[in-house]
Amino acid sequence: MFDYELIQLILIKVIFAFLMVGAIMTMAGYSVLAERKVSAWMQGRVGPNRTVLPFVGHIPVVGSLLKGLGIFQPLADGLKFLFKEEIVPGHVNKFYYYLAPIVALVPALTTMTVLPFGEFVNAEGVTIPLILADLDIGILFVLAVSSLGVYGIVLAGWSSNSKYPFLGGIRSSAQMISYELAMGLSLLPVFLWVSEPGSTVSSLSLVEIVRSQQGSTWLLIIQPISALIFLIALFAETNRLPFDMPESETDLVGGFHTEYGSFKFGIFFVAEYAHIVIGSAIFTLLFLGGWNFLPWLDNPWGADWMGALIGTGWFIIKTISLIFFFIWVRWTLPRFRYDQVMDLGWTKLLPLALANLIFYIFVVTWLDQSNLNLP
Amino acid sequence: MISTQKTETVSIVLDGDEVEVPVGMNLVDAAALFQKEIPHYCYHPQLSVAGNCRMCLIEMGTPMRDRGTGEAILNEDGSPKIGWVPKPVIGCATTVSPGMHVKTISDKVKDCREGIMEFLLVNHPLDCPICDQAGECRLQEFATDYGRGYSRYTERKNVKPKRTRLGPRVTLDDERCILCSRCIRFTQEVAKDDVLGFVDRGSYSTLTCFPGKELENNYSLNTVDICPVGALTSTDFRFKMRVWFLKESPSICTESSAGCNILVSSREGEIYRITPRRNDDVNDSWMTDSGRSLFKKVRAEDRLAVPSIKQEKSSFDQSIQTAAESLKDKKVAIVGSCHATLEELYLLNRLSKATKSKKYLRGHFGQDDGILLSADRTPNLRGALASGFANTYPRDNLSKLNSDLKKGVIDAVLVLNEDLLSSGVEAESLLGISIVYLGTHANDTTNLAEVIIPTLTSFEKKGTFINRSFFAQGFEQSIPGLPGLLPDVHILSKLLDELDNENKVTSDFSLIWKNLSSPPKSPFKGMSFSDSLGGSLKIDETKWKDLPFVESNALHYKK
Amino acid sequence: MAKTVVLDRKPLSFSERTYLPQIANGLKTTFSNMFKPKVTLQYPEEKPKIPQNYRGVPTLVKDPNGREKCVSCQLCEFVCPPKAIRITPGGVPEGEDDREHVEKAPEEFEINMLRCIYCGYCQEVCPEEAIFLQDEYSSSGYSREEMINNKAKLYELGGTLPDQHYKWDKKKKAEGQGNSH
Repeated sequence: MFDYELIQLILIKVIFAFLMVGAIMTMAGYSVLAERKVSAWMQGRVGPNRTVLPFVGHIPVVGSLLKGLGIFQPLADGLKFLFKEEIVPGHVNKFYYYLAPIVALVPALTTMTVLPFGEFVNAEGVTIPLILADLDIGILFVLAVSSLGVYGIVLAGWSSNSKYPFLGGIRSSAQMISYELAMGLSLLPVFLWVSEPGSTVSSLSLVEIVRSQQGSTWLLIIQPISALIFLIALFAETNRLPFDMPESETDLVGGFHTEYGSFKFGIFFVAEYAHIVIGSAIFTLLFLGGWNFLPWLDNPWGADWMGALIGTGWFIIKTISLIFFFIWVRWTLPRFRYDQVMDLGWTKLLPLALANLIFYIFVVTWLDQSNLNLP
Repeated sequence: MISTQKTETVSIVLDGDEVEVPVGMNLVDAAALFQKEIPHYCYHPQLSVAGNCRMCLIEMGTPMRDRGTGEAILNEDGSPKIGWVPKPVIGCATTVSPGMHVKTISDKVKDCREGIMEFLLVNHPLDCPICDQAGECRLQEFATDYGRGYSRYTERKNVKPKRTRLGPRVTLDDERCILCSRCIRFTQEVAKDDVLGFVDRGSYSTLTCFPGKELENNYSLNTVDICPVGALTSTDFRFKMRVWFLKESPSICTESSAGCNILVSSREGEIYRITPRRNDDVNDSWMTDSGRSLFKKVRAEDRLAVPSIKQEKSSFDQSIQTAAESLKDKKVAIVGSCHATLEELYLLNRLSKATKSKKYLRGHFGQDDGILLSADRTPNLRGALASGFANTYPRDNLSKLNSDLKKGVIDAVLVLNEDLLSSGVEAESLLGISIVYLGTHANDTTNLAEVIIPTLTSFEKKGTFINRSFFAQGFEQSIPGLPGLLPDVHILSKLLDELDNENKVTSDFSLIWKNLSSPPKSPFKGMSFSDSLGGSLKIDETKWKDLPFVESNALHYKK
Repeated sequence: MAKTVVLDRKPLSFSERTYLPQIANGLKTTFSNMFKPKVTLQYPEEKPKIPQNYRGVPTLVKDPNGREKCVSCQLCEFVCPPKAIRITPGGVPEGEDDREHVEKAPEEFEINMLRCIYCGYCQEVCPEEAIFLQDEYSSSGYSREEMINNKAKLYELGGTLPDQHYKWDKKKKAEGQGNSH
């Protein structure tokens, strides 16, 4: 009585989900390494270059190269977090204290279900996107779920029962509210543009947005202001410098995770980088053409599975470049003051996003009129 | 301070100030009365004046008188004209005279001192890093205070014998010697053992022992103390510790009833040497060599360190409890000690009243050397008398205790630091007798003791000894006791608490002294412990003047 | 009275007020830094060059003839501000021909490196030029006891330094010549 097709489909999805989780987590782990390496290079240092697996280090040339690049460092870091003594301060609210890191990580991993990696045309000529769940409301889902991540931070700050984490949690929630608005508003013009009248599909699906950039230009070029606002808001949402208010180790001693150690801290750490990976992926999909080659150019690769693989690779390269950009900005800019963060969010970005929206409403309306030849 | 009340005084002018000084005093001492230092090497207040170091050169003058009429010659302003002696004079050999003018600080005096220092340092080796005197060396001090600061001497220095053995306890380094002759005068005048002298002439003069003789008398280490430089050093203290690390605390020597005042030099609770402390009523500036090595008993192998019951380790509370139980309602004998302090003997006397016990005391006697080693080899025999513990003069054995034990009138003995078996008590007469031993070192008696409570040596506690001249001399603790040990007075007062329900005496010294001085005929009338710490306190000795004291005439002691 | 001159700030241009060109400039700087040579020293393999007057771990040195220079005068022990030095003085045993005339030598010499503050007073005060703060800077151990350098360790660390004076050799020579009177 089994529906074999369904089981097959579920199995494929489960395997795919595991692959995704593995990929994202690996990328998060290596983002940490990249952070350390890039910061080292920018500061004239070498960065991690000691960790090596047994025997691998003895392979000539390759071994020392891998060692020098610190390829095995994330492994050591992860193990270190795992094997550290599990310390729980006496004054914390245990349940929420343990819950907080989970709440921080889960949204980051959940958003990846609607992230497309690429697409290919199967034997029947149907275009199949490489995605776990191609939701119609894709981007809305992303925005909704990823903003849940802040609950992890707020919970951590509150349950720690300690002043620095508490301040970190408060700052985090304030910052999240301020920049969520600008972020949402900056996306509306994008969907206005994509969902032009006359197009057959009109949805918030990320796949559609990428398809709309196929063969034409990237949205970054069409809507630079939207992209800029989205990027800035993305920095704020991922708590990256210059917006790392909740953490601000110099004035809040580590902020929300002051009272956290060992693997619980490790989860926060991974969650932060998972957010960055996913944020970069989304920005790539929205504004950098996803798995498409270059603006105004057709993909040089075919539409079969080989092409899909190359496209996915191309997408990952774009994402990694963006992650590099995140790191690059972090080691360039100092942290904003808290009031500057609020000021920027409410009095600069929000009006700018509104103006941007109104501008594109007019532009799109005008274009639509010209397209539809309405009277 | 030397009292100027009774002695006749003369008026001199010291550096422009008119001052009163005792008749017959020399200028070094007179200046010292007014906190003016005249540097000197060879002069020692308790030795004859030699005047050979020339360090105490000063300017001196007397009012001029007209040869014909004897009238004082006056200056134009009416003040007497002073005839300054054209050459400087040595302060140590110049006695004060009325109207004498003295300059202890002037350009000429400064010049003299610089010159003398330079001469003294001409042949002095640069041995300070390896010299035990460094830190308490007059040559170092005066070179800093009065020296030129640099040397003009470029020729070869004299070479003299180094690390020579002068005697069993004294090592001589002739190069360091500045030929002050203090040691020679000491051996002649105080120790009465003339063995030292100079040979050769001029800068080749060398201190040495007379042929076939050694500096081996019991006062030889005093030469080390009075040596102003590092020429004479103590073989025992040699290279043990630099003196600037040593904390010097005043105490009283326990060797004999002479009761020498001493300084205990210790570092971090460990004693390194003992030196005499000047007391012009008791020991001048001297003490015996044998008394200087007594501190070695503090860290001796056989030192009792933990309380024990039936030779098993125990705690203080437990052993005091057990001791009290074995003494309670028994026929008790208490053996006191002339090595104990006055306060301990007082408490022991109270203890004997509480237990209605018999009291025994043993004396330790030896040869009297007529100086500072008296025939009574205990520090506090007179304290045992004055505390009321003993009324008769003790004999040098405890045969009385032995016979009482044999008679069976005793079934428990409390011993304070005295070996019964070497005092004429036979081992078999102690069979079945419970012995409570309070003492510092193990001996044959401790092997038989039921309870052993370790006590402190005189360096580790405070107390009072009464010496042969009936001077009560208090002393403070010099070094901390062995870890965990309690002062004897604490142990005794705890025993008193256990044995006497109405006991009101504690280990508080002011209370003990209050009790000691309160009886109407007390020899301690109006005295307190702090008085006895302050200096030698003469107590009324009339009560015991008929007792057969064994001491013979000696330094500051007349029978 | 100092006069305060308030300088008017040049008003920011529009592009300056957006901060974006400045940020771009900053990004350019950090990016170009990535390709500059690294200044890091690969520490355990590469050691920094220690300057001549460096104050490293205090050590005891021997003279070029391999003889102990320290005479245990304990001045370093005295001057040591954190009381890190502890010396047990002693004599030179009889019969050591080349050293007997020095008379004194340390029986034990301990420097507690957990206490030492590397101030160099011991070197400064030493009358025999026997103690030197040399180029050793890394001292570590698994226990407190290990961090106390004893005499053997101090001589091992110190080695031999050139001696300008040979003070005691001169002394011995003079003794040999005696007095020609």
